[in-house]
Amino acid sequence: MTKTTLTPRKIREYIGLGTLQIVLSIAVFSFLVPTLWMVSSSLKSSTEIFANPIVWIPQEPRWRNYVEVFNSPALPMLRFAFNTFVITGLAVLGSVLSSAAVGYSLARIRFPGRDILFALMMATTLLPDIVMLIPRFIVFRNLPMLGANEAAKFSNELLNVFPWMNRPTWLDTPLPLIVPFWLAGTGLYVFLMRQFFKGIPMELEEAAVMDGANRWQIFWGILLPLAKPATVSVAVFALFQHYNSYLEPVIFLNNKDNWVLSMALRAFNDTYNSQWELVFAASTVMVIPMIVLFVLAQRYFVEGIATTGFGGR
Amino acid sequence: MASTSSFFRAPTRVQLREWLDGYLFALPFIIGFLVFFLFPMGYSAWLALQRWDLIGEPVFVGFANIQKALTDELALKSLYNSAFYTIFAVPFQLVIAFTLALALTQRIRFKEFYRAGFYLPIIIPVVASAVVWQRVFHPDSGIMNNLMGLFGVPPQKWLSDTNLVKPAFIFMSFWSIGRMMVIFIAGLGNIPQSLLEAASIDGAGKLRQIISVTVPLMTPLILYNSIIALINSFQSWIPADIMTEGGPENSTLFVVLNIYRQGFRFFNMGYASALAWELFVIVLGLTLVQFITSRKWVYYEQ
Repeated sequence: MTKTTLTPRKIREYIGLGTLQIVLSIAVFSFLVPTLWMVSSSLKSSTEIFANPIVWIPQEPRWRNYVEVFNSPALPMLRFAFNTFVITGLAVLGSVLSSAAVGYSLARIRFPGRDILFALMMATTLLPDIVMLIPRFIVFRNLPMLGANEAAKFSNELLNVFPWMNRPTWLDTPLPLIVPFWLAGTGLYVFLMRQFFKGIPMELEEAAVMDGANRWQIFWGILLPLAKPATVSVAVFALFQHYNSYLEPVIFLNNKDNWVLSMALRAFNDTYNSQWELVFAASTVMVIPMIVLFVLAQRYFVEGIATTGFGGR
Repeated sequence: MASTSSFFRAPTRVQLREWLDGYLFALPFIIGFLVFFLFPMGYSAWLALQRWDLIGEPVFVGFANIQKALTDELALKSLYNSAFYTIFAVPFQLVIAFTLALALTQRIRFKEFYRAGFYLPIIIPVVASAVVWQRVFHPDSGIMNNLMGLFGVPPQKWLSDTNLVKPAFIFMSFWSIGRMMVIFIAGLGNIPQSLLEAASIDGAGKLRQIISVTVPLMTPLILYNSIIALINSFQSWIPADIMTEGGPENSTLFVVLNIYRQGFRFFNMGYASALAWELFVIVLGLTLVQFITSRKWVYYEQ
């Protein structure tokens, strides 16, 4: 074995890479500090929180802080978690299905007006949310709750679980946070699906047509399963988007029964402003599902961003 | 291909079937567009010419709302605040994200860990991040003053000093550059190694290679990231609403925060609509300016 010769250039390169490694370690640590501080502070006692110099690791982790968060009399966090779960779940499902269907038509079916639809769809992505939200607020304020009222009359139990069902209009119900996303409300997701469907060879479809399959069978049975990487990316992005959403819930929801976690955390911050350990525990509660999601789906997050240029905050 | 003639020739049954399928599959978007985009947009344009508090009847006021949006002291202040924030936050974000992406594409260890670490902040929900950063900047018990104290910097009142609060928000924004970084990393992976090697053979050092080869090839992605960052920064408001409520002395009253308050706290629906359209025109204009000036500095491979 010949020893690799260490030319001056090689040595310089190693020193450079070593320095880079150290600098990056410091940088990544400083990026993590606020999150680590949040988690560690959520387990501190109130004296440790305000201690000077800062206590980085609590002497004895106080898990009771978390119990207190969930037992807050003013803010029923479990209720908010349930609401968030229902709204986010339904909005994500609607986003995936509707953007897949629309993306499929824009990519693989030829019909007059398709290019105009595609241009309009891209145009919707340029509109700032706030421009749409004022008039949408008024739209929802006037949309009657057809069906839901009747259902609520029949079953008191349903009304207990979904107290919004007896509202006169869509305002102060979760519908404004769900229904638009069953109607391809996020243009970027349609774009992502369309791009993916465009990349699948047309022969596949032609062969299926020869075999007598109809359009729905081709979409549901062949193309949608093939598009799994794209649908998972949309699902992950949408999950993040709807879980994180703050502006829309604040505008469309009012009664505390209907609140979601993002609103609740803000209220928690106002109510327990001086009890930092509780605020940090509540924040950690809200962050944990996202960290779990990130760990499970990091590949889809990162690949989705790298290929489409959007997603995340 | 006789695609142009398909409009003039009667479609065959098969074609009609395909058209119908197309409209059926696109139906969710067609309905959604009409109900949740087209109608609201028209309504909002109409609303911008009315005075309406949601209770009484709307009153037509002509261009009064628009005039107020262009002259009102608070509205102008909010524009200034957002512009200041954007002008200083975006270039630094780009530089930081690009530098990190460059560093993470060198031959180093633990790349995956570093990437995940730099990326983590952007999966933290924005409300949680605001709540935490509000305390990071706390003058007595926050970690900002504590860490800066290690370097001998005296404690500062980050969020209650009109001179420091915008820099504090700008600093905070550097925390969320993960998406930009991922996009840059993807782009750097596509740079042909042969070009860098050729430059190296010509005697170019690492720095020279980056300036003369890497950066020019990355300009399309730099443009893309700067457009997205500008749009996002100009519309940022949730952290300000939570951390400072627009204060001190309206120093963090950003554009969208002002619109939100005018609309949903003071119920000036007409005026808020006018402000929202003003924001839209500004964001669109800035994006166009970026596109037009980009011809001078963005390099597209032939």
